[in-house]
Amino acid sequence: MNKTTTGTTMASETSSSSTPALNNIRVLTLRDHAMRYGFLTLLFGLVVYFSIAADGFASPISAVFIFQSVSITGILALGVTATLVVDGFDLSIGSVATTSMMTSSYVMVVLGGDATTAVLACLAMGILVGLVNGILIVYMRVPDLLATLGMMFLLVGLQRIPTQGRSIATGMTLPDGTVATGKFSLEFLALGRHRFDVFLPNFLPASVVILVVLSILIWFFLEYTRYGRMMYAVGSNERAAQLAGAPVRAYKIWAYVISGVFASIGGILLAARIGRGDIASGNNLLLDAVAAALIGFAVLGVAKPNAFGTAVGAVFVGVLLQGLTMMNAPYYTQDFVKGAVLVVALVFTFSLSRRSR
Amino acid sequence: MVEEPVFRIRNMQKSFGAIQVLNGVDLTLNAGAVTVLMGANGAGKSTLVKVVSGVYRMDAGEVALAGEKFAPRSPAEAIRAGVVTVHQSINDGVVLDLDVATNLTLDRLSGAGAKLFFNPRRVRREAQKVADRMGLNFDMGATVGDLSLADRQMVAIVRTMAHEPRVLILDEPTSSLSSAEANRLFDLIDLLRSHGVAILYISHRMSDIRRLADNIVSLRDGKISGEFNGPDLDFGGAVDAMLGRKISQDKVVVQDGGKPVFVANNLCLGPGAQPFDLTLGDGEIVAVTGLVGVGKSALAEILFGARACTQGHMVLDDKPYAPKSSQQAIRSGVFLVAKDRSANGIVPNFNIYENTSLPFLKQFSNFGIVNRKSEREQARKQISSLGIVCQSELDEMHTLSGGNQQKVMVARWLGHASRLLILDEPFQGVDIAARRDIANRLRGSAKGRATLVFMTELDEAFEIADRILVMSEHTIVGEHRNADVDIDRILVEISGRHAEASP
Repeated sequence: MNKTTTGTTMASETSSSSTPALNNIRVLTLRDHAMRYGFLTLLFGLVVYFSIAADGFASPISAVFIFQSVSITGILALGVTATLVVDGFDLSIGSVATTSMMTSSYVMVVLGGDATTAVLACLAMGILVGLVNGILIVYMRVPDLLATLGMMFLLVGLQRIPTQGRSIATGMTLPDGTVATGKFSLEFLALGRHRFDVFLPNFLPASVVILVVLSILIWFFLEYTRYGRMMYAVGSNERAAQLAGAPVRAYKIWAYVISGVFASIGGILLAARIGRGDIASGNNLLLDAVAAALIGFAVLGVAKPNAFGTAVGAVFVGVLLQGLTMMNAPYYTQDFVKGAVLVVALVFTFSLSRRSR
Repeated sequence: MVEEPVFRIRNMQKSFGAIQVLNGVDLTLNAGAVTVLMGANGAGKSTLVKVVSGVYRMDAGEVALAGEKFAPRSPAEAIRAGVVTVHQSINDGVVLDLDVATNLTLDRLSGAGAKLFFNPRRVRREAQKVADRMGLNFDMGATVGDLSLADRQMVAIVRTMAHEPRVLILDEPTSSLSSAEANRLFDLIDLLRSHGVAILYISHRMSDIRRLADNIVSLRDGKISGEFNGPDLDFGGAVDAMLGRKISQDKVVVQDGGKPVFVANNLCLGPGAQPFDLTLGDGEIVAVTGLVGVGKSALAEILFGARACTQGHMVLDDKPYAPKSSQQAIRSGVFLVAKDRSANGIVPNFNIYENTSLPFLKQFSNFGIVNRKSEREQARKQISSLGIVCQSELDEMHTLSGGNQQKVMVARWLGHASRLLILDEPFQGVDIAARRDIANRLRGSAKGRATLVFMTELDEAFEIADRILVMSEHTIVGEHRNADVDIDRILVEISGRHAEASP
């Protein structure tokens, strides 16, 4: 094999450095090994299997394609991981992403803004939604699932109002009868389409770079900073964290802000990739992202949300789908495969893990 | 006349992996008698209870119920056979959202032979019958979730009477009850005893044991290490057998407080309560004792900034002190070891060192990045100074016994210099050996701060304090130097009769 297993190599390297932090059972039994490395072994096995069975799977192009295909859901999944860490949940990430896509399109196409304005508007929208989610949950005492479900509905509706329910593209007719003359700026489109010359010319997509950078950022934040540690404490025993002097409410709100910002970044990449504000895009984002984060519980057998697991979970789904597609599995089996992986991962996490007992 | 025991365990063995938890337990229970089971944390009490109640299965041994072999494969089977267990956690024994009547008759509504429809009036009637028989005087229509913990406990116990149990196992039933509430429970137990039920009563509380025990058995390292019968029970001997060493009632060498560290004037714990003053000196340990619900927790919360102080003012190190949050209190050097460690203290997903460093992460961090090496170093020091039994600072909390978990909680706050250290019920569910370790460490480190300990058990206060304050009706009603204390006087103050005694 050549450079094909970019995903796996990265995975195993990071695992060896983060393991001491995540798992503290020192006397390792066979079972512990199985719990800890089971998922990574499975991922490795899949890669080997597809490399042999599917022609062309073992190629750099294919590896990059896998990463590119999971980059947006991966970013959303990293955001929702932050809310899972504080024992919350964010169902609004999918609609934050699509709202972000519509916002950037609206800013550029209708208002004629530039790339920076569009990106800033999206990030501001993500922060605002995160704040509102957090305030609803922390101060209004709405349960997290319900608050973010409400927010999801609200955003799905809101993003359609400015254009009367139509997709946004250059040349569209606006509600007042005029024609939108603005265009997606090239810099903005580059976020979704540019490829850096690494190894090969035109090889590494910008979205994959953004995914990797954000993964490392959030992983470092959660595992190595005191803020991350406190967020885990809040999620594990809120009252204890509070009596240890943690501003619990602030941490919870921050978690939703992180989730909102990550989802809006996902939406920016989505808009940059398809180059228009497509009302029908991004339907699957929420479920795919949540699945990746939940699969992440099982990676390393820690039975708790963690950024490394989430990233591996996203890649795992990507590898599986890419492999199956190259082996001519029809597209409509994809959701079934994702669901099956998720169920297996959940069983792995909740019934086999020693920690969850 | 020698009575045939109702329940007999012979050579019960149970191990988990390589760890032998029960190592040949022999135990007999007689009808109409309360047998108290004493054992330090980790002695195997819970495992014994779980085997008998059908949660675990034993590896070897024999259990006989009224002469017949008893080997329940599930809790339901044990209950059907007449062996009923009331577990420590009260809310597990009742359904909070249903009313008293339904709770009392729950087992008839579910289970085999239950009818599809039920008649609420008949349920009420039957429940009333059960309640009357047990002298339970409740509104049958009240929702159990609205009752006090003690009342819920009563409902849970009375409910078991529906099965006509021959053996009733009570696992630390008084651990969250006040003395008055416990007394009602004891009356109920007396009634059950007179009905001929064989009762196995598990407790740490000497006052319960003195009140109830017909026999005492001590469990140690998975074996019965002492049996005590007869009219004059040897309580000291039972404690010795449980600890496996002679505990000398080592007297506290009373220290008088140095320069005042903390002063509160005219503090008021609620509308209508008598305001009081409080002065805590450097190096002294002050115990505040009193029944549950007399304002001890309220005072602890006010001092720690978790509750607003409505009246009066506090001074810490000659500076006004009015914390608005726990965070501010910690920053001013006021620390609280909260009561009920599993709800308020332990972060279950964290290991020992992550638990001890929690409030002081800032000190362990550079630019927000945690320095794990120094965290672990500090935790290792605490582990050795408090004698925490563990493999290392990387152990998960759930692998530790209750006493060791509490040591971790105390270690969390002892690792950093404080001005005022508050401990709220630090010895709840802590075995005597661990209690001594904690008390010694607190006394050994008392210099340089004031220490305030809230505790319901008077014995514990004598063990640890230099000064004992008594609380009743949300105010302080008595103060005693812990040397030749007039116990009767304290008891009078605790029970709230001081008002009549003093003009």
